[in-house]
Amino acid sequence: MAFAAFASSDAAVTKPPRRKSTIALVLLLPGILYMVLFFLTPLISLVITSFQAELPGGDIGDYIPGLQWQNYVDGASEYLPHILRAFGYALVATVFALIISYPIAYFIGVKARRWPLLQSMMLTLVIAPFFISFLLRTLAWKQILSDESPVVLALKAVAILPADGHLTGTPFAVIFGLTYNFIPFMTLPLYTTLERLDIRFLEAGSDLYASPATTFAKVTVPLSMPGIISGTLLTFIPAAGDYINASRDFLGSSKTAMLGNAIEANFLTLQNYPIAAALSIILMAVILVLVGVYVRRSGTEDLL
Amino acid sequence: MTALPLDRKSPSAAPAATPPARRKLVGLGLPIYVALALVFLLIPIVYTFVFSFNDSVKSNIAWRGFTFDKWLSVCNEPGLCEAFGNSILVGVVATVLATALGTAIAIALVRYRFRFRSSISLLLFLPMATPEVVLGAGLAAQFLALGTQKGIVTVILAHTMFCISFVVVTVKARVASLDPALEEAGRDLYGSAAQVFWRITFPLLLPGILAAALLSFALSFDDFIITNFNSGAVDTFPKFIYIAAARGIPAEANVIASAVFILAILIVVVAQVSRSARQKRLARLS
Repeated sequence: MAFAAFASSDAAVTKPPRRKSTIALVLLLPGILYMVLFFLTPLISLVITSFQAELPGGDIGDYIPGLQWQNYVDGASEYLPHILRAFGYALVATVFALIISYPIAYFIGVKARRWPLLQSMMLTLVIAPFFISFLLRTLAWKQILSDESPVVLALKAVAILPADGHLTGTPFAVIFGLTYNFIPFMTLPLYTTLERLDIRFLEAGSDLYASPATTFAKVTVPLSMPGIISGTLLTFIPAAGDYINASRDFLGSSKTAMLGNAIEANFLTLQNYPIAAALSIILMAVILVLVGVYVRRSGTEDLL
Repeated sequence: MTALPLDRKSPSAAPAATPPARRKLVGLGLPIYVALALVFLLIPIVYTFVFSFNDSVKSNIAWRGFTFDKWLSVCNEPGLCEAFGNSILVGVVATVLATALGTAIAIALVRYRFRFRSSISLLLFLPMATPEVVLGAGLAAQFLALGTQKGIVTVILAHTMFCISFVVVTVKARVASLDPALEEAGRDLYGSAAQVFWRITFPLLLPGILAAALLSFALSFDDFIITNFNSGAVDTFPKFIYIAAARGIPAEANVIASAVFILAILIVVVAQVSRSARQKRLARLS
């Protein structure tokens, strides 16, 4: 699966033999050329766009090449709350998704090993949300959490929610939506590592009189680190760039708008392409730095 | 407290410190939690399915009674079936392109040694580590700079790009697990390079290629963010929902989503059943 991309591979590192390199070239060239044209040069155009200056006396959306560092300063200061919300919400959602997903993955990968059919059935249920439109399942939560819904009325009846309180349009709803939508991304890589976990290590822990909690903290968690890293990255990166959950037509409001909402609005509605591009570069740069530090700290650098 | 049990039969038996009753409770807690969590994951799916039978008039928010009408007249909703058709078209073309290009790259990466290998790996890995909004805005900025008219072609070009990375990862794993001895046997029996590839390598890679194609189609079909930046006036199914969300989603959209869901689950279940049947057959043979 795609999740293997983020997990360290345990395949033997054998150097492939040097053979007819013309065949390799023919195999590689079309695809690599495609990626250069539609991934690499777009990133470069994004950088160029982010430095564009307004055309004096031009229409909305008219820009000329320039070296306007000011775009970054303007974008970062005007949209600082959006930037903070994007990374804050994504971080909280990632932590929640990890806490919710780990027991699921542990049960499917370790406890249910003796019943392969049950394992595959439960895995199918975990990925089932993938098969219904991302937007529709988010809208379903919007209806379920809306002001007239039984859920909200019940919460108000037991005074967990004040009488004039809302769920939709709040940071809670946005983080809830992000957590829900990315639980499968968290559970699958966790399952992949836990499924390969040698049960004898756990038995050794209890043989040495470690309590179940100690065995879990000292044996299970360290051994499942590759899954934790790939799961958190697969959740955090798309969550930080997401603008569906935080959109006011979905679970958010103008007070929950994230960086992705600001990029979308500037690019597609306001036609302020330089600011949208500068914000995109900021998002990408922060993610690359965070991911780099995180991966280095957790000691698995063989992501590629 | 009891004395330490010296004749422990199972190494995973409870440590002396934990009373058996509490352990039993903990043992039950996990399955109950997992069952509840799986139910939680299914809530929006059930909701979407149930509301596809709602006898709604304009927006599909309050329950107004059961009807099959929306299932029988899906295309009565203006623009919906056109958007769905666009999604299928984009998905199929992007999947074919990405699977062909990605499979070739995967074979080259595993089987050949060449310069710039790590840069090429990085180029293929980075799109998966880039937020969709950046991929979408980058392509849109490029199309804007080139003066390209946005439409279904630009959507296909964008989808093919992000699908290639996922195809490479999926097929690479399959190529790496291939036994080179099988191809050597083919060459020893005087098979030409083309014969060895099409009669031995390709059939062995096929499950991986099919998995990659299914993954590509699923990613393309459900993509909204990159599509939104590069589709211009053309609607796909997710974009139709996004636009409709402001005024209320018609129940017909739930019908399409539910039908796609049922089809996808059927494919997964059939694949799982056939795989387990094959494994059983292999186990009997050996």
